This record gives sequence, C-alpha cells and structure tokens, in this order.
Amino acid sequence: MTTTSDAPKAGFRPSQLIYDTRYRSMTIQVIAFIALMLGLSWLVSNTIANLSALGKDFDFGFLGQRAGYDINQRLIDYDSSSSHGRAALVGILNTLLIAVLGCALATVVGVLAGVLRLSKNWLVANLMAVYVEGFRNIPVLLWILLIFALMTEATPQPRDFREGGDASMILGDSVAITNRGVFIPAPAWGNGSMILLIVLVLSLVAVWGWRRYAHKVQEDTGRILPIGWGTLGLLIVPLAVAFLALSATSGRVTQPIYVTGAAEGTSLADFGAAQQGINACAVPYSTESLNLRRALRAEGLRFNVVDVTSAEEAIAAAEEGRCNILSLPASTEAATVPAGAVALSDTIRRGSPVQFESPVLGGFNFEGGLQLRNSLIALWLALSLYTGAFIAENVRGGILSVSKGQTEAAFALGIKPSRTMRLVILPQALRVIIPPMISQYLNLTKNSSLAIAVGYMDVRSTLGGITINQTGKELEGMLLLGLFYLVTSLIISSAMNLYNSRVKLKER
Amino acid sequence: MSDTHAQTVSYVRETMLPEAEPPVGNRGALLWVRENLFSGWLNILLTLVSLYVIWWALAHTMPWVFRGIWNAGSLSECREIRDATLPEGTSAACWAVLSDRWQQLMFGFYPRELYWRPVLALVIFLAAIAPVLFSHMPRKALWLTAASPFVMFWLLWGGSVWFPVSVALGFALGWAAWRALAPLAGTLIASIVAVALPVVYWLYSAGTLARELDQAMPLSIEYVPSQDFGGFMLSFIIGIAGIILSLPLGILLALGRQSDLFIINKISVGFIEIIRGVPLIVWLFTASLLLNYFLPPGTNFDLMLRVIIMVTLFAAAYIAEVVRGGLAALPKGQYEAADALGLDYWKSMRLIILPQALKISIPGIVNTFIGLFKDTTLVVFIGLLDPIGLSNAIRASTEWNGIYWELFVFIGLLFFICCFSMSRYSLYLEKKLQRGHN
Repeated sequence: MTTTSDAPKAGFRPSQLIYDTRYRSMTIQVIAFIALMLGLSWLVSNTIANLSALGKDFDFGFLGQRAGYDINQRLIDYDSSSSHGRAALVGILNTLLIAVLGCALATVVGVLAGVLRLSKNWLVANLMAVYVEGFRNIPVLLWILLIFALMTEATPQPRDFREGGDASMILGDSVAITNRGVFIPAPAWGNGSMILLIVLVLSLVAVWGWRRYAHKVQEDTGRILPIGWGTLGLLIVPLAVAFLALSATSGRVTQPIYVTGAAEGTSLADFGAAQQGINACAVPYSTESLNLRRALRAEGLRFNVVDVTSAEEAIAAAEEGRCNILSLPASTEAATVPAGAVALSDTIRRGSPVQFESPVLGGFNFEGGLQLRNSLIALWLALSLYTGAFIAENVRGGILSVSKGQTEAAFALGIKPSRTMRLVILPQALRVIIPPMISQYLNLTKNSSLAIAVGYMDVRSTLGGITINQTGKELEGMLLLGLFYLVTSLIISSAMNLYNSRVKLKER
Repeated sequence: MSDTHAQTVSYVRETMLPEAEPPVGNRGALLWVRENLFSGWLNILLTLVSLYVIWWALAHTMPWVFRGIWNAGSLSECREIRDATLPEGTSAACWAVLSDRWQQLMFGFYPRELYWRPVLALVIFLAAIAPVLFSHMPRKALWLTAASPFVMFWLLWGGSVWFPVSVALGFALGWAAWRALAPLAGTLIASIVAVALPVVYWLYSAGTLARELDQAMPLSIEYVPSQDFGGFMLSFIIGIAGIILSLPLGILLALGRQSDLFIINKISVGFIEIIRGVPLIVWLFTASLLLNYFLPPGTNFDLMLRVIIMVTLFAAAYIAEVVRGGLAALPKGQYEAADALGLDYWKSMRLIILPQALKISIPGIVNTFIGLFKDTTLVVFIGLLDPIGLSNAIRASTEWNGIYWELFVFIGLLFFICCFSMSRYSLYLEKKLQRGHN
C-alpha cells in the first residue's frame, strides 16, 4: 500500500518541470528568483553608472561633517557647528516627541469620542458623528495647515499682552497663547528634588505591594479592599508631605548672591545701577537660577543668562569674567567662592524642590517658561484630532462587538455596573480595540513626516531635507530616513503582535 | 355568570374602554426629547454642553459664511465692500476668491479653451465605471470600460492618437498570446509568454510603430504637458489611476503573501512591509529625487507618472494587507472544497476564494481608497500643483494675499464630498452583497 504513493520509477523527464505539480512549484520559484535577481542587478548597475556619471560616491562620511544650520526646537544640545549625524538625532527625537504627544492625545480624544458616539443622548452622539466623519474625510494635511493658520493668524501678538492691549494670559496668568507660540510654565528643579523622586519610586513600590495584598485578601476571604482609593492615597500623600516638609525646611534657607566688581554689602539695585551689563551664571531649570532671575526682575534690571552645568563651572565662568553675578549655597566655603567675588546684602531663597516658572512679557516676546512653537502645536493638535477620529471608530466597534448577553449575564450575577464595565466588557472589548489602535499609532508616527507643511524640524526636515540639500547625498540620506521609519514601524508592529499573542483566546 | 352580574351590580362596566392616547408627556416629540435628551442628570448636562458647543460653533461661523461677499476682484476690494455695507467690526467671508479663481482650483493651468477635454474624460470615466459598480448594467459595456483608460489618457494629455493605441495593442497582444498558447502549452508557459511578449513589444517596437502610424496618418489634438495639470483635476487623475492600478496589484501581492511557494511568499512579505513601513511622503521624495538613479542613464520621465507609480505601489501594499485579512478569514473548508472540485489554483481563486474574500474586505479596500485619495494632497511637497499647492499660489498673488479660510473651506468641502460618498457606496455594497441570514 505505501509503495503506491511513491514517485514512479520511470526516469525524470524535463517536461515534468512544467506539468508535474511536484516540480512545477520549484520551476516557478526558480523563475521568480532569477527575475528578481535580474531586476535587482539592473537597478544596482544603473545606480552605479549614474553615481559615477555624476562623480558621486556612496559613503556615509557626511554624517560626521559640520551641519552648519540651526534647528529651532531641540531636545538635546545642538548648534550649527554640530555634525549632520547630530542634526539627524535631533530630528529623530523631535519626530518621537510629536509621535508620543500625538498618540497620547489621540487616545484620549478617540476613546472619549468613541464612547460618546454610543451615548443614548441623541445630540451628543450626532455631534461626535460629525466630528468623526469630518476628520476622517478631509486630508490631514489640510487640517494641519488650517490649525497652523489659526495659530498664527487668529491669535494675538505678544505686544497685545502689554497693558492696554486686548489680550490676556489664561489659567491664572500662567499660559499665554500668542502668534509666536504657546508659552507655558516651566518646571525648575531645586534642592531635594532627588528626595522627591525617591519618594515617588517608593510610593510606586508601595502601590504595587498594596494591590498584590488586596488581590490576595480577595482571593482568600472574598473581602474587597478599596484598591483605587488606596492607590491614589499612596501616590499623593507621601509626595505632598515630602514636598511640604522640604519646602518648609531647606526651601526657606537663604543663600547669598555673589558678584564681581563691586564692594561687599552693596545692594542688588546699586550693583545693577553701577554695572554696564549683568551676566548671570545659572544652571538651567534650577530653582537658584529661577530665584536669582526673579530677584533681578524685581529690581527692574536687564540681564543675560549664561548657561552652565554645575556650581563649579559657574565659579570658573565668573573667574574668567564670562559672568559677573551668581548665587551659591550659604555653606560654601570662602575658598570655593570665585576669586574677587563678594556677597551682596540681598539674598535669595533656595526654593522648593520643584517650582514652576511662569512666562513673563519681556522686550518683544515672552521670556521664561516653555515655548511651544506653533508648528509643534498645529502638528500635534491636527494629528491627534485626525487620528482620534479613527480611534473613536475602533473604540465604538470594539464596544459594540461585546454581545449584550455578557452585560445581562453580569447583571444577573449581581455585579455592579461599574465593575461589569471593568471586569466583563472592557477585557473583551480591548482585545478588539487595541490592535487597530496600535496601527493607528503607527499611522500617526508616519504622518508626523507632514511636519514639512509647518516647518517643524523632524527627522525628514533635518536628515531628509536640509542635510540632503547641503551635502547632495540623496541616496544615503533617503536610505537612512527610510530605515529609521522602517525600524520604528517594525518595533511598533512587533509590540502589537506580542499583545495579540498574549490576549489571544486560549483555545484547545 | 356575567349576565347576572351585569344586571345585579350596576357599577360593573359592560364595555371595554376605547384605547386612549398616552399622556402628552409620554408620546411623540416630548417622549423622544425626554428619553433622548433629558433622561438623567448626566444626560441633561451632556445635552446642555453640546447645545452650547453647537451654538458657539454656529454663532462664530454662520454669520461669516452667509454675509460672504461674492463679487470682488481682490481681498482689499472685498474688505472695502464689507466696510461699506456691513456694520463696523463684523467679519464676512470673501467668497469672491472662489468665483474669481475656481477654474484654477479645478483645472490648474490647463489651457482654458481645452477645459472640455478633462470634463469629457470625467464623463467617460463615470460611464465606464458604472458597469463595474452597478451589476444591473449590461455586461457587454465592460469592453468599453477596458478601452476607456486609453481614451481618457488621450483626451487629457492630447498628442497623437497613435501612442495610446500602440500601447493598448500591447495588452491585446498579451491577451491573444494567452488565448493561443494556453490550450497548447499549458497555463504556465502561456502566462509567461503573455507577460513577456507585451513587455518586449513596448520596449522595442511600440514607439516606432506609433511614429510610423503617425507619419502615415497624422491624427492628433493639442498636446498639454503635465506641468499644466493642477487642482482637483490632478487629485482626481492621481487618485483614480492609483485606485484602478493598485487593486489588481494588491490582490496579487495578497495571494503571494498567502502562497506556499517560499520565494514568492518572501518577496511579497518584503515588498509589503518595506512599502508600509515608510511614510508616503518619503516615497514621493524618493520618486522625485532618486528615481533617476535607478533607471538607465539618460532616461527622464514625467514627474506625474512617477507619482502615480509610487502612489499605486503604496496603496497596493495596504490593499494586500486588507485582502490578506479577507483570505485568512475564509474557513479552510472553502479552500479544500475548491481543491476537491479539481480546480487549478487560478480557477479556485477566481471562482471560489476571491469573490468571498473580496466581499469581506470591501470596507477595508474602500478605506484604503479614501486614504489614497486624501494622500494625493501630499504631492504639493514635490512641486505638483494640487488644490493645496494652488491655494498657496493664489495666496501668493497680490490680489489675494492673506486669504486662508475661504480656500480651506472650499477644498475641504470638495474632499469631504468625494470621500464621504465613497464610504457611503461601500456601505451600500456591503448591504447588497450580504448573504447572511440577519
């Protein structure tokens, strides 16, 4: 019996390559492979011929050369003397920044809109339908341009915020929306911020332990402990206590202001009046820097800030004459004070572990605080609202996919509505919602390359734009750019596959 | 029993009461309002918030829209009219930019006296697509559909009629080769020849043939170069060409990805993942910056054609994934049943698998098409004048410097109409093809 399925003993004939299904698949594959190789070699030989005709070579050495252009938004140190590779890195970080911000906001908007579209309230449901259809059916590029135009054309200029102008800051004078961008408070980290961080980590550990304990109690006795309130309390109370304690003790300590080129005990106002220009050495985003600048502003003095990374560097800078005012802790020994520096009669507070610096109107623009450029805001809002409309549909579909019997069964078991949602509906709906949602995240990340429309400096604008134009390395630049996007999307989709295999229904 | 009762007890009713209407608060509009808008405190809050949002949005836009000025030659003239006729401080749209420049937004810099050609091409397209979209049209009309791309190409670009004819001849050649060889030498050889023969013909003899025919019998209309194309016409051409070309390619890629043949499978997977992993805008820049590196030295072909090729490849990769989902969703029994009937691969795909798989994938396919049509706006970055590019050009002119919202509203509205009707058609198709019992 078994011998009948063996291949016939008769010799192999060439026609079997075409007519015999056992060999035909091999024939097809060999032909396809040869065609592919021929096509690829044709492309490569063309490329080599074209490159040599243009007198170009294929190497990535340009990444180490001086870039020579400025990038207005950067998350790491960069200036025009940095290399093209560094510029590409700045661009990559900007792309990732807009992707992360966009995904977060799109999720919030999408989940809200998706749930509200299922609301029994006719008005709300239809309002959300208008939002979803409106954003899904109009190109995202148009939305980006529209929001950018709104931000630049329909918002007040910084000078309108002066007294007598018709614009004012919002949220308790901490946020200013201008045609040069949105200015928000910036955090300044002071003495003890490390302790706050440690407290936060300890709270997270405690929360983890508390949840484990609550689950164990529920498993053993059936008693349900207040997990939510416990978590909230464990997160907030220790942080608040630590913050208040640190602010009340070390935050109140005063520290002297050292200056060069003045007599000991001069007041800040007199020092300012006597000097040509004031250059303050300060560590960026530190409370000392913030309080020093506040003291200077309170006297109505104009000044420049010289950024340094540590107190030692500030002292060195003062000795070199790059700055003439700085603030050091009161405990500093005389030997470590910059040579020739004296303390003023005015002092400043050391400050709380975290302080927020609100933007204030300077000469022509707002100073201090964080400036969110219009390009960032427009791109962020447009991408989030656009992707949010798609996520809303995913969320709606996911919730609808859970059959009504599940809710009814849960109610029949006497489970509370909120717990039904959390324990019965959501776990089943999330299985449907998450995979398309992750592919929407992927779309958002790729759409962030539309930054070109508003001049946001993402990786396409730095590596794939200015760098290519300056060096003439189109082939290498586009190759790297494509690789970056490819790797990013492969990472995101492998995360999705991981999730899919984890939530897959356990079947036999 | 009941008789005696009725006679002895005077207050028992003998007749049924007539059906009464529910109380006023429980019927009609009032009931609807109460149930849908004011059923609980949360609902009331939501209703009030949405009413406020709607009022706020309408109050800010509607006066601006309806006070709009339609007759003016420039933005400053618009403002003069507004200041003269309306009370001070009111805003009004300047729709005059549309009445002044709508031709440009629609046709770009296409010669004005030739506008009938794209319009006629659009009519032909609609007539040609009708037999595909609606099944009650006569089947013979599909032959006209097959011929229409060449007619439309000729109408849009103009030039000698023999060029599209000689290109079309290649397809006819391939089809004839397949018909002649398939019964003689089997499908494999026939399909290889049917692909190779037209390619060889296009590469080596199509151009000469077109020139010879043109000299023998000149028949041409005015040639319009691609640079003059613009506006919605450009979006439509790129979008429609991409849609038509990407569907078959996408289906082939999906079949390749589901295939058991190792090399075919890996080629398809690689192609799909590489195309999908990189944004369209990077592909468009590749088309405009790099394509010349990959072609034999000295070749230089139309930017618009390059864009159409890139958009097609891009959409095909997405369609492949959608169709793959449809293929995977079919029960295994369908594949086995097709094999059991003794159908070969292509017949089983054509007659059994694809009709069902494509039906499942309709929503996804149409979504991809909508995405493709919206993505045609990206060509502005490589210098083609799509509607957004033209809006920039209009804004750069002295008359209309500083006009934003009117152009955005117009472009957005047109895109909305196109995309929304596509999505409605997909709903209609889904309903029509539904074979379930619900």
